[in-house]
Amino acid sequence: MRTEPRLIEVRKNVLKQNDLTARALRDRFRAAGVFVVSLVSSPGSGKTAFLEKTLTLLRPKFRVAALVGDLATENDAVRLARSQAPVRQITTGTLCHLEAAMVQNALEGWDVNELDFLFIENVGNLVCPSSYDLGEDLRLVLISVTEGEDKPLKYPTIFNSADVAIVTKTDLAEAVEFNWETAFKNIQAVRPGMQVFKLSAKSGDGMQDFLRFLEKRLTELRQTSTV
Amino acid sequence: MHELSIVMSIVEMVEEEAKQRGVQVEAVHLRLGALSGVVKEALLSCYEMVCEDTLLRGSRLIIEDVPVVIFCPTCRAQRPIDSIQLFCCPECGTPCAEIVQGKELEVVALEVQECAPNPV
Repeated sequence: MRTEPRLIEVRKNVLKQNDLTARALRDRFRAAGVFVVSLVSSPGSGKTAFLEKTLTLLRPKFRVAALVGDLATENDAVRLARSQAPVRQITTGTLCHLEAAMVQNALEGWDVNELDFLFIENVGNLVCPSSYDLGEDLRLVLISVTEGEDKPLKYPTIFNSADVAIVTKTDLAEAVEFNWETAFKNIQAVRPGMQVFKLSAKSGDGMQDFLRFLEKRLTELRQTSTV
Repeated sequence: MHELSIVMSIVEMVEEEAKQRGVQVEAVHLRLGALSGVVKEALLSCYEMVCEDTLLRGSRLIIEDVPVVIFCPTCRAQRPIDSIQLFCCPECGTPCAEIVQGKELEVVALEVQECAPNPV
């Protein structure tokens, strides 16, 4: 005979395992004094070009390294290696985002104590990466001027999971009639107070402002972790 | 599309719970925040398939939508927002960055039957 089902309460975060791994990574990064930056954006918005430029400009002064996620190819790692910084590819196969455990595995054999900055380039995707903490200190979301000003309204969740927005390919802004005020307003609508940098990795315009910001954050991190 | 792997985690987690408690699960209650980054319909559409060949076969997934609630520094109050495209207080219009609720992705309850010790 069937009886009425009994309701039992459980309270389990579905992504708990990822959150625990991310927390362990964050503790490890903190202890090592390395500032960890992740990058998310849609495919083709210029993450790799931006990261190659960032690594190249930081390298004379800082110890930098990068992990780069991609579905199938190692092309991005090859491009980033031109910066002379240590780079490792994480090939995700069919998975559309990075998870904390993949970052942990990719770091195997690397001494994070030897680093000032570690960059993690996520798979090009504006949806799935938003749910997964990677243990980073700072998450950047990139939009290129060629994508249009309404990207933040179309993908509010990823903007909300990120800390800072970067508008890339500003050298093309005029050609595509990019409206900066509208883009800024849309970013602020989905993430009030979000800091935004405008830059071109190609011309180098705006890169120095961003690098100064990174340096400041590294200094702050080390001050708070030594207190 | 990461919903399939999320459903697999849910099923695995609930199966474990069911084994421990010695119960048959009829329904799984999930709370899903509007900012979780996970699509309800996609979860529902692969649930049945994932449950095949598991202890959860034949069970239902019941999803409760959790709206985003922000804290308005002007009103000094928590307010639900209607759209995740505009993080503003619906009462006074102040932009609000502090999120109180809306990122949930959690199993909160199970509807169960006790397992019969000797099925006849």
